[in-house]
Amino acid sequence: MSDHNEQHHIVPKSVYFAVFITLIAMTWVTAWVSTVDLGRLNIFVALSIAIFKASLVILFFMHVKYGTKLTKFTVLAGLYWLVLLLFIAMCDLWTRGWMGVPGR
Amino acid sequence: MITASPPVKETKNYLNHERGIKSWLLTGDHKRIAILYLISVTLFFALGGVFASLIRLELSTPAGDLLESNQYNKVFTMHGILMVFFFLIPSIPATLGNFLIPMMIGAKDLAFPKINLLSWYIYVVGGIFTLYVLLTGGVDTGWTFYTPFSTSYSNGYVIAAGLGIFINGFSSILTGLNFIVTIHRMRAPGLTWFRLPLFVWAHYATSAIMILGTPVVAVTLFLVVLERGFHIGFFDPAYGGDPVLFQHLFWFYSHPAVYIMILPSMGVISEVISTFSSKKPFGYTFIAFSSVAIAVFGFLVWGHHLFVAGQSIYAGLVFSILSYVVAIPSAIKVFNWAATMYKGKVRLETPMLYALGFIGLFTVGGLTGIFLSSLGMDVHLTDTYFVVAHFHYVMVGGALLGYLCGIHFWWPKIFGRMYSQVWSKVSAVLVFVGFNLTFFPQFLLGYMGMPRRYHVYPPEFQVFNVLSSAGASVLALGLILPAIYLTWSLKHGEIASENPWGATGLEWQTASPPIMENFEVTPVVTTEAYDYSTQQEVVHVG
Amino acid sequence: MASHAVSTTLRHHFASDEQQKDAATIGMWVFLVTEIMFFGGLFLAYFAYRQAYPAAFASASNKTNLWLGAANTTVLICSSLTMALAVHAASMGKKTLLVLFLIMTLLLGGAFLGVKAYEYHDKWVHHEIPGQHFECEGCEDAGHAPLFFSLYFAMTGLHATHMLIGFVILVILIVQAARGKFTEKWYTPIEMFGLYWHFVDIVWIFLFPLLYLIDRSHTGLK
Repeated sequence: MSDHNEQHHIVPKSVYFAVFITLIAMTWVTAWVSTVDLGRLNIFVALSIAIFKASLVILFFMHVKYGTKLTKFTVLAGLYWLVLLLFIAMCDLWTRGWMGVPGR
Repeated sequence: MITASPPVKETKNYLNHERGIKSWLLTGDHKRIAILYLISVTLFFALGGVFASLIRLELSTPAGDLLESNQYNKVFTMHGILMVFFFLIPSIPATLGNFLIPMMIGAKDLAFPKINLLSWYIYVVGGIFTLYVLLTGGVDTGWTFYTPFSTSYSNGYVIAAGLGIFINGFSSILTGLNFIVTIHRMRAPGLTWFRLPLFVWAHYATSAIMILGTPVVAVTLFLVVLERGFHIGFFDPAYGGDPVLFQHLFWFYSHPAVYIMILPSMGVISEVISTFSSKKPFGYTFIAFSSVAIAVFGFLVWGHHLFVAGQSIYAGLVFSILSYVVAIPSAIKVFNWAATMYKGKVRLETPMLYALGFIGLFTVGGLTGIFLSSLGMDVHLTDTYFVVAHFHYVMVGGALLGYLCGIHFWWPKIFGRMYSQVWSKVSAVLVFVGFNLTFFPQFLLGYMGMPRRYHVYPPEFQVFNVLSSAGASVLALGLILPAIYLTWSLKHGEIASENPWGATGLEWQTASPPIMENFEVTPVVTTEAYDYSTQQEVVHVG
Repeated sequence: MASHAVSTTLRHHFASDEQQKDAATIGMWVFLVTEIMFFGGLFLAYFAYRQAYPAAFASASNKTNLWLGAANTTVLICSSLTMALAVHAASMGKKTLLVLFLIMTLLLGGAFLGVKAYEYHDKWVHHEIPGQHFECEGCEDAGHAPLFFSLYFAMTGLHATHMLIGFVILVILIVQAARGKFTEKWYTPIEMFGLYWHFVDIVWIFLFPLLYLIDRSHTGLK
């Protein structure tokens, strides 16, 4: 419980507005870029932009950048377990066809 | 030390601080909420036990004479749902954990008392849904709700049962949330992480599983309910849905859920073994971290429930290997408990008998788990009685024995009364013998190829089935006895001292039963946990 | 609230205001982690079926209205900004500004749900709700299109449910703020609700590209 004081850090309004403008801009960028045919890359671009936007919200609007280590750890743990769920289950789906025998 | 003479005047404690039913139903006190949970999980356990008895009665003859197949399906489903979701998962955390964690860390209460009470009400509402299902005709999907049977073909009350478990999940989430925050932020001055009792470490790991896993099964059952209600196709192959995906989502929670059941028990056993050996647990840090390791690795192995479900063989291989890994932290605990007893002053009091039983039965359960996590072996054993025996060794031999062990260990603290030492030892032995007689034959049955979830079987399996049913009667007797002598002790038991077992830990340094807000003054911790050198002398009870 | 020793907002079982606030923050984040996992199950279903039936997902996704989706995303981000500013105002002890920003958050959230309701209605009119009367005009692999729409409704529906819950809490907070319940020393409920509201925003930040923006290159911005 050493880093108490960081909790009461008051974020200047300018930071909020800068984040806000970036978020709006990225929304329209992602909408536009979806109309460009990038093949399989489209989903990666869309998700990267979404992850970038979400990170901004988490770090600044939700004050995690100024939060305690425990807060940061909690957020990371949540994201790690989400990735675990998605990635491990998808590994099954990705490899089901490899053997060429239905049901294997 | 036990004082034989009755108390001169009643001292104020959490039980008599306020009176009346309202003071209980609106309480914010973690100790009272623990008692509310104790009563409700006991009721659900008894109900689940009734269904278990019906199963064993039906299976004592090869023919289906007591129950029809459809009734039998409903009986084993209700047994599973009640025992898993309404007894095993809340059992230790919501009763003993709720009662003891604030006391063990020198806090006045959990961080969020109202949320704690809310979690009990949510549990009750979930329970009412399940009772409704029970009274209106039951559900026949098995506690696993596998699709597409549950969504398209089952003729039971899947929606109500699913909602009951969905709701009940939030009770578990809130308990876990409360524990995590409490353990992080409410510890007494000087109580560093490595001075915490191992019970607290175990509950920390359990809480992590509760908050990370439970929401997934909640949303999964939500989808099942939607699909059954509106036939819109999330898992229905008719729309291209993937029933194996349901199994992924379901077991992402439900496999770690067995660690929700076993980890708190392991915490109890660590306390009890140390106390009755009057010795600091061997390898404290290893036991502490093995709890966390079980929670973390436990999330990587769910696919071993899907070996024959149509999962990719490559995923199966990886899941099989990862499943072996979970055995390591579990084995670390068993070895450390054994090493703790080595050269300790072992006293065979009732809780210690349960703890020794736990170690033996959990080891059998764990080792047969290794058989089942072997991909090739599992193809032969899937859905046989070998699996049933394995998970009962873990859930009953592990989780239930740990629960009984903990109840007997902390009963003097919770209610301030001692129970009969003779009867409790008799019941501990009956439970151990009855349990083995019930479930060991099922390993053999499973190996011989008897499938689970059928109410008729070929006559050559009858000998083992009769043995198993006979064992179940002994086990039932061993479980009814504590209900009698523990209730009796509430009024007539000897008055217990603050610390009847000569245990360490903050919870033993306050009155039995504890006062409101637990401590007269917030304790300051200056030593490591399990410091038996400060203990005056070991008191022998009984 | 001048005296530090006796604070009226300190619950009996906490040692200090600091500890109480800390506990609330961690508790809220742990709750949000459970929310992440709750939505996580749906996201897994989404990814599984999208990779199994890419054509059905692409053509079904093109049935959504990109302009409305993008506009609604903008509205929701605006509400997140006003929420952040509300927390800021609370931390400065500016009561009027706090109430104002909370009301703006409520209105923007309402606008979002209004658009969402319009979109649902549109789906209803075009028989794009999975079930007996489902049809997906001009869809490729139309047999698997119901999977997309089932997930569309489950995900956006669950998101909207979270917003409705937020609405109720927001109304309560507005009343409390107007009555002067919060001070610059104690505004924990505002801060905690802010976290919740931003979380709901983040879910939408992912739902928007996943549901509206699959394979738009053939149809363009329309």
